[in-house]
Amino acid sequence: MKVLFFAQLRERLNCDSTELNIELPARVNEIREALLARFPDHTDLLQSGRALVAINQELINNEAAEVTASDEVAFFPPVTGG
Amino acid sequence: MNDFIRVQEADFDINAEYQAMRDNNREDGAIVFFVGQVREMNQGSEVTGLYLEHYPAMTEKSLQSIVAEARGRWPLLNRVRLIHRVGQLHISDQIVFVAVSSSHREAAFEACHFIMDFLKNRAPFWKKETIAYSGLDGKKSDRWVEALQKDKDALDKW
Repeated sequence: MKVLFFAQLRERLNCDSTELNIELPARVNEIREALLARFPDHTDLLQSGRALVAINQELINNEAAEVTASDEVAFFPPVTGG
Repeated sequence: MNDFIRVQEADFDINAEYQAMRDNNREDGAIVFFVGQVREMNQGSEVTGLYLEHYPAMTEKSLQSIVAEARGRWPLLNRVRLIHRVGQLHISDQIVFVAVSSSHREAAFEACHFIMDFLKNRAPFWKKETIAYSGLDGKKSDRWVEALQKDKDALDKW
C-alpha cells in the first residue's frame, strides 16, 4: 500500500510517499508501526500525536480505524494554516 | 448552498469579496469577516517570508466539511466565503479570508470565529517560515511552524 507524506514529514523522510508491504485491510496503528520500522531515524515525527493521519482525505483520530486497498492514506504533521 | 470556497496562490480583493456578500442580499442583517495576514515576528524570530504547503486533494474537502459543521450549529448562516492562499507569501500578505452573513449578528460573529478555529486545527495547510538568522554568518534559514497548544485549546469553547 502507498502512504503519502506532507510538509516537514515529507522533507525529513526525503520522499512524498512510500510503498509498504502490509496485508490489507490493516489498522492505522499497524500502518504506523510499519512506518516506524521503515524509517527508524525519524520515529519522533511519526509517532501518534506527532503525525496525524488522513484516510480518503479525512482526518482520522482513531488508531484502530481500518484501511482497505482502495483507501488513500496520508501521514503529516499537525496543521498550521490560517 | 451559498458556500464559496477557494484555495489559491493569487491574492484576493477584500472590496470585491465584501461586495459579493452584499450583492442581491436583502435577507441578511449582519456580515462578519476575518482576514489573516503574514506578520513580521513569530515565535521570537523575525520572519522574512512564508511558504504555505497543502494537501490539494484534501484541502477544499476539509474546508467544506468545516463550513458544513458551522451551518449545522448556526442554521441562520446564509452566505459563506472562504479563501485560503498557498505558495510563497511575504510580510503583510493576506493569507486567509472568512466571511459569513446572517440575519442576525450573533450567528455571524460566532460562525466566523468557529470556522477559523477549526481551520487552524483541521485544514491540511503547513507554514514554512524564512527567518532572518541571528547567527554570525547572517544567513537566512527556513523552519516549519510548530502547531500551538493554544490553537488546539481554542476548540474547547465550541
